[in-house]
Amino acid sequence: MSKIDSMRGNLTLREIQKLEGHTDRVWSISWNPSGSMLASCSGDKTARIWQQQPSGSWNCMAILEDTHTRTIRSCSWSPCGKLLATASFDATTAIWQQVGGDFECVSTLEGHENEVKSIAWNPSGSLLATCSRDRSVWIWELQPGNEFECVAVLQGHTQDVKMVQWHPDLDVLVSVSYDNSIKVWAEDGDIDDWRCVLTLGEDSSGHSSTVWALSFNPDGDRMVTCSDDLTVKIWDTSSNPSQNAGGGNASWFHLSTLSGYHNRTVFSVDWSRDGVIASGAADDAICLFHEDDNAPSYRLILKKENAHDMDVNSVQWSPKEPRILASASDDGTIKLWQLSEIC
Amino acid sequence: MLRELINANPIVHGKKERRRVQSTSTNFDEDIKDPEHPYSLEELNVVSEDLVEVDDKHNYVRVTFTPTVEHCSMATVIGLCLRVKLMRSLPSRYKIDIRLAPGSHSTEAAVNKQLNDKERVAAALENPNLAEMVDECLAPTFV
Repeated sequence: MSKIDSMRGNLTLREIQKLEGHTDRVWSISWNPSGSMLASCSGDKTARIWQQQPSGSWNCMAILEDTHTRTIRSCSWSPCGKLLATASFDATTAIWQQVGGDFECVSTLEGHENEVKSIAWNPSGSLLATCSRDRSVWIWELQPGNEFECVAVLQGHTQDVKMVQWHPDLDVLVSVSYDNSIKVWAEDGDIDDWRCVLTLGEDSSGHSSTVWALSFNPDGDRMVTCSDDLTVKIWDTSSNPSQNAGGGNASWFHLSTLSGYHNRTVFSVDWSRDGVIASGAADDAICLFHEDDNAPSYRLILKKENAHDMDVNSVQWSPKEPRILASASDDGTIKLWQLSEIC
Repeated sequence: MLRELINANPIVHGKKERRRVQSTSTNFDEDIKDPEHPYSLEELNVVSEDLVEVDDKHNYVRVTFTPTVEHCSMATVIGLCLRVKLMRSLPSRYKIDIRLAPGSHSTEAAVNKQLNDKERVAAALENPNLAEMVDECLAPTFV
């Protein structure tokens, strides 16, 4: 049982700091694995690295610019925390490495036909997945010397792919799309190739409009997705879908739909180590949900209206401090929040 | 270079008297030029005042527009022009929905979905050709 259960009904999301500097909407944020740095990326074609000072406040310590020629849509730290990947509307993905106090672009991944929407590292950091408006998902293998080799081009979505995320333990990749579906990809050992092992569409109690984001719980036996259909959905992911070949019955399935909490597109979801699901939406609000005692039911534990002045595009829990949440918005700012009890 | 017109002979309607939207000094839907004709969207009955809903209290605006023909391939460009005009004219607190009039277009749902996907709108506006087209249609509105 997490400590959140003992805090029922008395929670508040307190703004700790507002990070300003981007000159256009902030699309995405990513904590490094130790929680000491936060990367953000924006329509202003830059990424920024924010670092906590000894005083506790967060400052911009680096601006990553002059590499991408269009919007940077997504950023993600490698599991070792040494590399940062940025995905851009310019159809490329850049890999950055910290050298002293600076970040240098050490590699550029090209191949997608148009806008790259999202990137994700697998748990071991050996694979990187990218997805694009060209409807494909690519898997890249990290080679010595920061070289990346494309090992698979996954076709299956019929529209724009919005986000990719890996399962926290397995080399199983999930993609979500403008075609309303969620697809699960795994490597087929027999043919040594990646293939779609599962599609969760509207006929699987899935979403009825664009699926924007997904997140796994720390154990990987639950997944949350969010959509333009204004809902957040919880899925049971306790079975390994890559062992689904040959018509086996191991599959992921729908557990719960959270509706009526956001009244515009839900852009982002993130599942904390404490079991709290955060969602950020175009209604400028952040909602927090928690699993009930009589699981698998989920309830709203807090709604922060007007969390930002404009759409909330990304919400991410700190990996180090499970009660610290970062959010990014069209208003050009990033906010850090503390989830705590009202005294 | 001449290209074939999608609707070669559109019906041209008169301009109407306009009311002003409360709390803004901009007549935000007026005088946007049609992408292929020297007429405004209002003159072609693509937009009209009664299909602009403004909920000032809830910071919400919805514009419903009707393409001149139901297979109009310019529908997304027209919708994009309406969105950009509103984005530039209204305070950023407004939420804006742009949609086709029900039954007015053969791919209504697809066009509506695209016009209200802000990521695709952002990407489209970074496309120099499309941005130029939108700016051209909006030019009369800034005279």
